[in-house]
Amino acid sequence: MTPSRTAFATILAKDLRAELRTLQSLPAMALFATTTFVIFRFGLDRTSLSGSLASGVLWATLLFAALLGVNRLFVSEREEGGFDAIRLAPIDRSALFAAKATALFAYLLVLEMVVVPIFAVFFLDSAAALAPLAAVLLLADLGLAATGTLISSMAVHSRARDLLGPLVLLPLVVPLMIAATGASEPLFAVGGPGYHRFGTWLAVLSLYDLIFLLVGYAVFDFLLED
Amino acid sequence: MTVSSPLCGLLDYKRRSQRQIPETFTIPAVEAGQATDEPALSLAGLRRDYGERTALDGIGLELGRGETLLVLGPNGAGKTTLLRILATLLRPSGGEVRALGCSLPAETWKLRGRIGFLGHEPLLYRDLSGRENLRFHARLHGMRGAAAEGRIEGLLAAVAMERRAEGRVAELSAGMRQRLAIARCVLHEPELLLLDEPDSNLDAEGRELARALIGPGETRTRVIVSHDPERFEAEADQVLRLEAGGKVAIR
Repeated sequence: MTPSRTAFATILAKDLRAELRTLQSLPAMALFATTTFVIFRFGLDRTSLSGSLASGVLWATLLFAALLGVNRLFVSEREEGGFDAIRLAPIDRSALFAAKATALFAYLLVLEMVVVPIFAVFFLDSAAALAPLAAVLLLADLGLAATGTLISSMAVHSRARDLLGPLVLLPLVVPLMIAATGASEPLFAVGGPGYHRFGTWLAVLSLYDLIFLLVGYAVFDFLLED
Repeated sequence: MTVSSPLCGLLDYKRRSQRQIPETFTIPAVEAGQATDEPALSLAGLRRDYGERTALDGIGLELGRGETLLVLGPNGAGKTTLLRILATLLRPSGGEVRALGCSLPAETWKLRGRIGFLGHEPLLYRDLSGRENLRFHARLHGMRGAAAEGRIEGLLAAVAMERRAEGRVAELSAGMRQRLAIARCVLHEPELLLLDEPDSNLDAEGRELARALIGPGETRTRVIVSHDPERFEAEADQVLRLEAGGKVAIR
């Protein structure tokens, strides 16, 4: 049996190398998010957003940008035989789940490093909210990565994967998005970041992450069977 | 927590199943180089259904170690299905399958890593180079360092692909991809080769090079699927003819 950490590192390195070479996911995600911010900026006709509106604009944009990455996560495995290659190797298949979730998590981090400063320039009066927002982003990304990887691995086998993925994923991430917007809302308050129920929402995000990471680890083997 | 019980059940099941799969395990007899009387392949009443359609029905045979089985039949007769069952990529719907002393599907984890599978798809990532692809597969099979690099270099030379090894697979011709796929198939020195139309897309030189890697050998048990009986019949110890609807004839 090849050690799981070796399999994990090998699959993750392959994915990151392929993405760096082809740029199939990240540029599309960043372009989508930036365009959406521009539309919100002119559509709402506001130069400054605060509270729940700012939080809603940020998370709706990040969620739909993330879907682009989720949809493409397993395409190479499906179209180029990666699933068969990995199933033929003497490895624990959970290594594939861990590697794919880590790759998606990395894509989301890079996306946010690009588009959250754009959001701040477009809509925020100060950058004071960005430091505590990083904690919310990290926890929400972890949940999105776990759930997105799980759903993407199932949807990729369907011919209607571009439809099926979001159709199944969006209802599943509603609790995550409620917690993320709830945690972000006081950070964007007029007059500077507030922390009302911030800790509670972070705890909800952590619990969501834990549940879906464990579910992914537990069921991924079975999803790869014929 | 309402989710805790089913989740704990799943994790417990996974933990129990993984307990049977140590990170290093010894394959009895064969790995130790000992002779064994058990055939390399033993099928009895093998059946595979896709919904209401039966692709394979009642296949039974035994194949000794180092022997070659040629599987013939028209399109849709179940040749690829048979190969994928032996490769542990499909579960049989019924019957008994033993490969290299392992019962399928119960002991697939013992068999993986001992099979070389060459299917319709080369199982190569188009955006990686040939060498990167071979390195990827080598690591998945637990090969690392100088030994792995030496093996990759040797195989690239064996299929005459050294000069194109750094190019992306997407930029290679179908024949070159097939050469790389053959190198990928034998990279981890498998005991059982499952070959689906191994000559497809190969020119005369490619066929000759492939023969050295996947041709008959004392330690190589082979199952070859082909539409061309003349090409492999002379090498075959047994010939299995599949007909649409699951009918079978063995020579």
